[in-house]
Amino acid sequence: MFKPSNHLLNKEIKEKKFKNLLSSITFFLFLPALIIIFWLFVKGHSALSWDFLLMDPIEGMTAGGIFPTIIGTFWLVVISVLVACPMGVIAAIYLSEYAKDNKLTRIIRLAILNLAGVPSIVHALFGLGAFVLFMKMGTSILAASLTLAVMNLPVIITSTLESLKAVPHSYREASWNVGASKLQTIRYIVLPNSLPGILTGVVFSVGRSAGETAAILFTGVAFYLPFLPKSVFDQCMALSMHLFTISTQVVGVPDAFPYATALVLILLILSVNSIAVVLRSYFRMKRKW
Amino acid sequence: MEIKVTEPAPLAMEWRQKKKEKPLGEKIIEGMIKTGGVSCIVLIAAILFFILKESYPFLVGAFNFKEFFFSEEWYPASVVKIRYGILALLTGTVLVTVISMLIAVPLGLACAFYISEFCSPKVREIYKILIEFLAAIPSVVWGFIAIMMINPTIIQLFDVPIGLNILNASIILALMSLPLIISVGEDALRAVPETYREAAEALGATRWEVATRILLPAAKNGLMAAALLGVGRALGETMAVLMATGHSIQIPNSIFEPGRTLTATIAAELGESPKGGEHYQALFAIGLVLFCLSFVVNLTADYLIRGRRQ
Repeated sequence: MFKPSNHLLNKEIKEKKFKNLLSSITFFLFLPALIIIFWLFVKGHSALSWDFLLMDPIEGMTAGGIFPTIIGTFWLVVISVLVACPMGVIAAIYLSEYAKDNKLTRIIRLAILNLAGVPSIVHALFGLGAFVLFMKMGTSILAASLTLAVMNLPVIITSTLESLKAVPHSYREASWNVGASKLQTIRYIVLPNSLPGILTGVVFSVGRSAGETAAILFTGVAFYLPFLPKSVFDQCMALSMHLFTISTQVVGVPDAFPYATALVLILLILSVNSIAVVLRSYFRMKRKW
Repeated sequence: MEIKVTEPAPLAMEWRQKKKEKPLGEKIIEGMIKTGGVSCIVLIAAILFFILKESYPFLVGAFNFKEFFFSEEWYPASVVKIRYGILALLTGTVLVTVISMLIAVPLGLACAFYISEFCSPKVREIYKILIEFLAAIPSVVWGFIAIMMINPTIIQLFDVPIGLNILNASIILALMSLPLIISVGEDALRAVPETYREAAEALGATRWEVATRILLPAAKNGLMAAALLGVGRALGETMAVLMATGHSIQIPNSIFEPGRTLTATIAAELGESPKGGEHYQALFAIGLVLFCLSFVVNLTADYLIRGRRQ
């Protein structure tokens, strides 16, 4: 009768141990994320109410709500996406459809890589030097949004590039062969087919900019501003910055307030990201290739 | 017999000519696309330019190479003698980065191995969504967690007077860079051709042997790039370390002492320094140092990844 040798049995036991070790490491790595959410909810839910969401902060931010910060974050994110999205898509179209395999393309790729790797506080310094001072926008929503846009540009380019490249080359060839020019092919074949992927990338970048703090610190966000911004040249409050302020700079804030603010911020980002995840899986199902 | 070359039919000539000449609108749009492509180079150059521009008066004035890099005395607002030495800050940055990577790299790569090689596709999908979720938590929330959750835990566990210290920042940075390390590491493992695994398994290798003897060497560069990108992330992180390190400018003697990083210094002091003053310019010089550090880290990571593909 066939019997596995001791050596083989040992191997099998070792293998099982190894697998269990890896799976438990992985499990415990993701545990913190779940604990954090749970814990924010436990500590913060008592302060969460419509009043909290819809009232201005009053009495030196120790009472009231967080309404202006939500509005501020909304404006910052919307303007930055409006700027970064067209620029990013155009750059990605160039890289995917026009760029030849030469030195320039390689330099562009490296530039994108470094743009993505530059620390956010360095982006803030750039925003301060370029937008606030040099272009004389002052600390304003516009300057902060542009800084965020520069930060998000590489993210949007990379995700757009991926979805443009996913469109099969045979689609383009078919279009050229019926006499369409390169631009017509891009406009009527490549872009419509990659739109879902582009959208997903953009939505993810919305989530990212909503949570960013360092880049808007000196370019357009005020610690405390009891009224809503009237134009893009005003300063505004932001949710992320508000969390920083009330958890480190202000004394006498009720315990639940920072927790509730963090909870609102995380839930906001998570809901934006889940939109992206749903979009992605929906379009994946509908994909033609 | 003489071969006579005939000219192409006039219609074809006309068509060919037409094809070469694009309508003006199309030319303009294609020009715009090309400009858009180059915009990234312009942007990265502009970042360098504006940081240099703002720090220039300091660099040619009060800047002293030896003092700047080798003195730990950062007293930009001192009344007696103003000193700009970033050694303590640099040490803080290096310390939190190294310690966080000591935690995050082994764990993250183990995790990448598990997700890429051992778990079922369904579990993999769940973990991938969790990775995205972990990556989406903004740094200011991590900082808040450092203050409210890790701070008291460290005080209780190790019986130290303050929990906002190097250890705290390292833990937070490790958690923050994990998603990046895991996903890049997983990509690197998946890029190893399936035939390698099949060949090894056909020779009777167990999965443990495949992982350690085949995949590890084959994906070495990609895994190193994953670690380096984690370093880049930890190096540049601002808000979380600002809130977690405890804010004292000194070279820490142990991981339980507070410190401060380059990024946190800019974030904490830029608002208070008068615009155009020497202190303000010195902060931009720190920004320049950070820019160069991240530049080197990113280029190396890119070089490693490209090396793998070739």
